Amino acid sequence: MTSSNYATERETTEGRVFTVTGGDWDDVVSGVDPINEGRIVVNMGPQHPSTHGVLRLILELEGETVREARSVIGYLHTGIEKNLEYRNWVQGSTFVTRMDYLAPIFNETAYSLAVEKLLGITDDVTERANTIRVLMMELNRISSHLVWIATTGMELGAISIMLYGFREREYILEIFELITGLRMNHAYVRPGGVAQDVPDDAIVKIREFLKVMPKRLKEYEDLLSGQPIWLERTKNVAVLDVTACVALGVTGPVLRSAGLAWDLRKTMPYCGYETYEFDVPTHPDGDVWGRYLVRMAEIRESLKLVEQALDRLKPGPVMVSDKKIAWPAQLAIGVDGMGNSLEHVAKIMGQSMESLIHHFKLVTEGFRVPPGQVYVGIESPRGELGVHAVSDGGTRPYRVHYREPSFVNLQALPAMAEGGLIADVIAGGASLDPVMGGCDR
Amino acid sequence: MTDEKRTEGGVPVPVPPAGATSGAPAEFPPASPAGRGMFGNQGTGDVSGFGGLLRQRQQIADSPRPYGGYFDEVRDALEEAYPAFGEAIEHVVVDRGELTLHIRPERIAEVCQVMRDDPALRFELLSSLSGVDYLGADERRLHVVYQLTSMTYRRRVRLEAAVSAEQPHLPSVTAVYPTADWQEREAYDMFGVIFDGHPALTRILMPDDWEGHPQRKDYPLGGVPVEYKGAEIPPPDKRRSYQ
Repeated sequence: MTSSNYATERETTEGRVFTVTGGDWDDVVSGVDPINEGRIVVNMGPQHPSTHGVLRLILELEGETVREARSVIGYLHTGIEKNLEYRNWVQGSTFVTRMDYLAPIFNETAYSLAVEKLLGITDDVTERANTIRVLMMELNRISSHLVWIATTGMELGAISIMLYGFREREYILEIFELITGLRMNHAYVRPGGVAQDVPDDAIVKIREFLKVMPKRLKEYEDLLSGQPIWLERTKNVAVLDVTACVALGVTGPVLRSAGLAWDLRKTMPYCGYETYEFDVPTHPDGDVWGRYLVRMAEIRESLKLVEQALDRLKPGPVMVSDKKIAWPAQLAIGVDGMGNSLEHVAKIMGQSMESLIHHFKLVTEGFRVPPGQVYVGIESPRGELGVHAVSDGGTRPYRVHYREPSFVNLQALPAMAEGGLIADVIAGGASLDPVMGGCDR
Repeated sequence: MTDEKRTEGGVPVPVPPAGATSGAPAEFPPASPAGRGMFGNQGTGDVSGFGGLLRQRQQIADSPRPYGGYFDEVRDALEEAYPAFGEAIEHVVVDRGELTLHIRPERIAEVCQVMRDDPALRFELLSSLSGVDYLGADERRLHVVYQLTSMTYRRRVRLEAAVSAEQPHLPSVTAVYPTADWQEREAYDMFGVIFDGHPALTRILMPDDWEGHPQRKDYPLGGVPVEYKGAEIPPPDKRRSYQ
């Protein structure tokens, strides 16, 4: 609203400029008398190795006990939702993939499902495209859980697991690079299908990964499951029961670790998940230990799903047949990056006026989406990832809102931390697996 | 959802969306003035004549019963459990397989309470709460959208409440759904909707001393032109638009 002493403003030819200096610290601590009340206020973050990115926690401590915890977010706010309103529907894929950077495929799939529902073409998405989506999502779930086990291990003092977790994640990123051309921020899942088909050598590599991974998982469990420090740091720590989870909107592995088998892949299936065979792991205790077990079990279930998806990959188109919606899926690597293949260019330039028109209209203008609104929820590694998309009938999204599980789940941090020890704030926060890129968007 | 399907030699062919086939601009006029005109031109740049066509955006219309699926059950259960149903519910819309109940803004917390507690409804989880700004299309331009999920019955329902930018007041649902806390703060931050009864309605994503509400349609995107290979590329909101 008005300027304050920690963000002075001055007028320049470019407009008003704020100089942010921080320094609100005196205000924060002024209400507390550390000597007489025995309470101190500790500021943790936004730059702190244990807060999973730019998350700031303000903790009021009594000795080592946390009396009050408040989280401050927004340090990674990039206005993606607003930016989407100025690009066409297909371009949206390249924006949403950057939100939750550990689960880009989920962001893209949720967005694509919402656009497809608005267009009314959900049933026209080809079988192969759906299978590839499932395959990619489950690989992505594994890589996301691997980063979770790696960073959480590190934060609780188990450094080796960090190296192993990132090593296996690298394997998956290489698979992604083979398939999409990029390690992260793929923009691979597009409205109507996927950007291009899976190459054969990627299939070989995934099969290799399926062979290696179960042994590696066993190694992780050998490292952690019987480890006394790990047990001490996780068992009965940051407990959240089902009632608290549902009231606070917490979904995903945290809710399942409290005992409720709520997984949107089972309860409200999409992309054909109802035809796959897999279990929803749960744990009765609702503590950090339970979340660890649930996530490890989920990696195994995802491996099962990847295998089933590979087995049912039948040749076929990966985009809807409607050329007025389908972005050209015949891509090739050129000298200046990925673009349309030479055959496609030769066809539209030399043989088919109609194709040229479609290509030009699609690329410059985009397709129109009938007015209306939809909400689509999918199960991301962190919980329900929801997309509320509104169209006004134009070629650009009128409004896209992401229900980000990181954002909603982080609200549970005070409930977990207050009354516990300060060291358990780290364990509890890490067990929520917040990704600030998704949280702040 | 389109029900009818064209077939070509027995193979179903997807029906293209309305507007995709005609090639004519704006079969459905955009809701905001920002979307009008071709190539971002607000004046008389249009030579086709289509740009002069102005049709009022359709007002929200009630869907005819039966709605199909579980929607009738949900409506009847709410009507039975909530005595002020007739007064509180403005419209019931079923579109694309989703049920939307338009609620009078001052009633939203009561309706949420009934939706959560009634044994025939049991919408335990507020999945998402967000805002939409229908500038130019609706006098009460700021809509707040609640996506409720019933874990018991595996159902979803959307509640929608509309307020004007001059009187953007709405009761908070944090007492019913504690998860609404941050989501209402985000809706306040981005749209300026004031949720009465919220325990601490402050900005959450933008800095505390920010002016304006960025997701409103009359809030500019901003940006500066950049030079690329000798050409100047305007910022995204100044580029030509094909609405």
